[in-house]
Amino acid sequence: MKTEILKVHNLRVYYHTPLGPLKAVDGVAFNLRTGERFGLVGESGSGKSTLALAIMRLIKPPGRIEAGQILLNGQDLLKLSKDEIRQVRLTKIALVPQGAMNSLNPVMRIKDQTIDGILNHMKAISRKELNERVFELLERVGLNPEVAGMFPHELSGGMKQRVCLAIAISLNPEVIIADEPTSALDVVVQRQVMLTLYHMQETTGVSVLLVGHDMGLMAQFVNRIGVMYAGRLVEVGSVREIFKSSLHPYTKLLIDCPPTLERKGEFKGIPGLPPLLLRPPSGCVFHPRCSKVMRHCSVEVPRLHEVDPGRWAACHLYGNGEI
Amino acid sequence: MGCLSFVWEWGDMKALLQAQNVKKVFTSGSLLEKNETLALEDLSLFIQESPPTVTGVAGESGSGKTTLARLLLGFIAPSEGKVLYRGRELQKMSRYERLEFRREVQAIFQDPFEVYNPFYKVDHMLTTPVAKYHLASSRSESRKMIEEALEVIGLQSEETIGRYPHQLSGGQRQRVMVARALLMKPRIILADEPVSMVDASLRATILKSLLKLKQEFDISLFYISHDLTTTYQISDDILILYQGSVVEVGDVELVIKKPQHPYTQLLIASIPQPDPNQKWGQDSAPQVKQLSIKVNHGCKSVRCFLYKDASVIPGNTIGKIMAQKRKGAITRRKRLQESAR
Repeated sequence: MKTEILKVHNLRVYYHTPLGPLKAVDGVAFNLRTGERFGLVGESGSGKSTLALAIMRLIKPPGRIEAGQILLNGQDLLKLSKDEIRQVRLTKIALVPQGAMNSLNPVMRIKDQTIDGILNHMKAISRKELNERVFELLERVGLNPEVAGMFPHELSGGMKQRVCLAIAISLNPEVIIADEPTSALDVVVQRQVMLTLYHMQETTGVSVLLVGHDMGLMAQFVNRIGVMYAGRLVEVGSVREIFKSSLHPYTKLLIDCPPTLERKGEFKGIPGLPPLLLRPPSGCVFHPRCSKVMRHCSVEVPRLHEVDPGRWAACHLYGNGEI
Repeated sequence: MGCLSFVWEWGDMKALLQAQNVKKVFTSGSLLEKNETLALEDLSLFIQESPPTVTGVAGESGSGKTTLARLLLGFIAPSEGKVLYRGRELQKMSRYERLEFRREVQAIFQDPFEVYNPFYKVDHMLTTPVAKYHLASSRSESRKMIEEALEVIGLQSEETIGRYPHQLSGGQRQRVMVARALLMKPRIILADEPVSMVDASLRATILKSLLKLKQEFDISLFYISHDLTTTYQISDDILILYQGSVVEVGDVELVIKKPQHPYTQLLIASIPQPDPNQKWGQDSAPQVKQLSIKVNHGCKSVRCFLYKDASVIPGNTIGKIMAQKRKGAITRRKRLQESAR
């Protein structure tokens, strides 16, 4: 039995708009095990990036974390003060932000940007040690030491992305959250970056939470998947089982929708549009687009419950988890 | 010279859009310190007038895909070579011809968020071209045309007309762009990464509407994308670009199912398969070396595992690729022999 490093309980993040609260994350609960690669998938607007930011406590107004617990090694991140959470970021939990290649400072050398985070957390460290540290980090993500003296515009997208990875691992965090780390890259570079992350994960044993919408990438990279829809988790399970026989109808559609090189002329989209989170449908939020909709789907909200050992789903097809 | 440049000979088939040995060099820097970037090299292509075809272009970022689109649209002039539309060179068109060209060749761009002016309703995007080209004699007729075009694309006019761009989803906005292109009754649509900014689940609807234009309205399509899977799904012919040169071209089934060029093989192998049992090779993909393009002759596939010496290309590799090509294609080698004669 693996230990759980990150536990999220009943997390709710609302964005307060003039039209009322928008429930971007609405009661999400999941566990991240030590040394595990966990994937969080969903369409745009399903709340997966908000969830990633909430774990880092980076939600800005009008967004607010309304309720829940985020336990990192038993310590509730939501109860920490501003200074305390600053200390936790990067040392225990690091974020590779979405479009990370644009998050580098264009007028700072790569070396200085990498050092920045280290200096913030470790006061007493010599210049020589710092330099060695930077070279070692760049090496770990497969970059030349020369990169240290360069500016971001001198690097390609994939290299910038790897610099962001190097910064994320600079203080050996226990958890890395990667929010669509390769969405702006083409397939060849995407593969290089993902394999870099993979090798790094294998060697250091860090836990990775990969956020994205590409089911293909998830199949290649993660151990377990959580599927998000309209701010809720609708299915959680191991990647093999989910791809073999998914429980929730939405997961099935999501797996089938990327076009492949095998069958030509089949375009499978997901019918209908994602729901408006300001006015979500009653009952199961997916019921207007679901092919297996039943009568009480529009009445009762399905709970995420364990259908088979290790497999969780929130769907009335599998009962509603007797309490 | 690229290692795989060639001419397609199509007998007496008429060309709709044609590029002849096009080269594009971007220069930057001052007079003293000139920087030259070779964006496209010795590229020839031929899109037939009828029946309509879908030509796909795939390649990584920086391979010259967008430069090619801008050349074909006449936004930029080639440094060498010619781009011809129905036999007329784009740069030498008269005012009237240019106006016709602008109507018959429509473009759809990557970002459905940037093409709209946020201060105007989406109607503006649709009524302006209709008025400009006098396609309708009255307002009600123009309105009717717009509604029909939207309906073909699968949008409800009540949901789109009278709305501001920010009130529509990315997929809807991109489909309004397809409707706008259709309104102009074009001969060909150039779509530069039309689905890369749209969610995977909504891509299918946009691709479907593009295919519908070909099937029902006889509009050819030039589809540019870095995503090999969507390009495969939609195209009849495919062109693989790498570092400004065409490395492989031909019928899409042949190119994808039996890729000959190592770069095409790498592209196909890099697609993440939605199947956990079918993993990527754990060997890291070969690293990209920085290229100084100015001095690089011969084949540019520095990532190529067959790559040994940039000036020596194994002739049989090209021979094999060429064997797959559509009839009439001749190798550069042959062409050089001809020009030597």
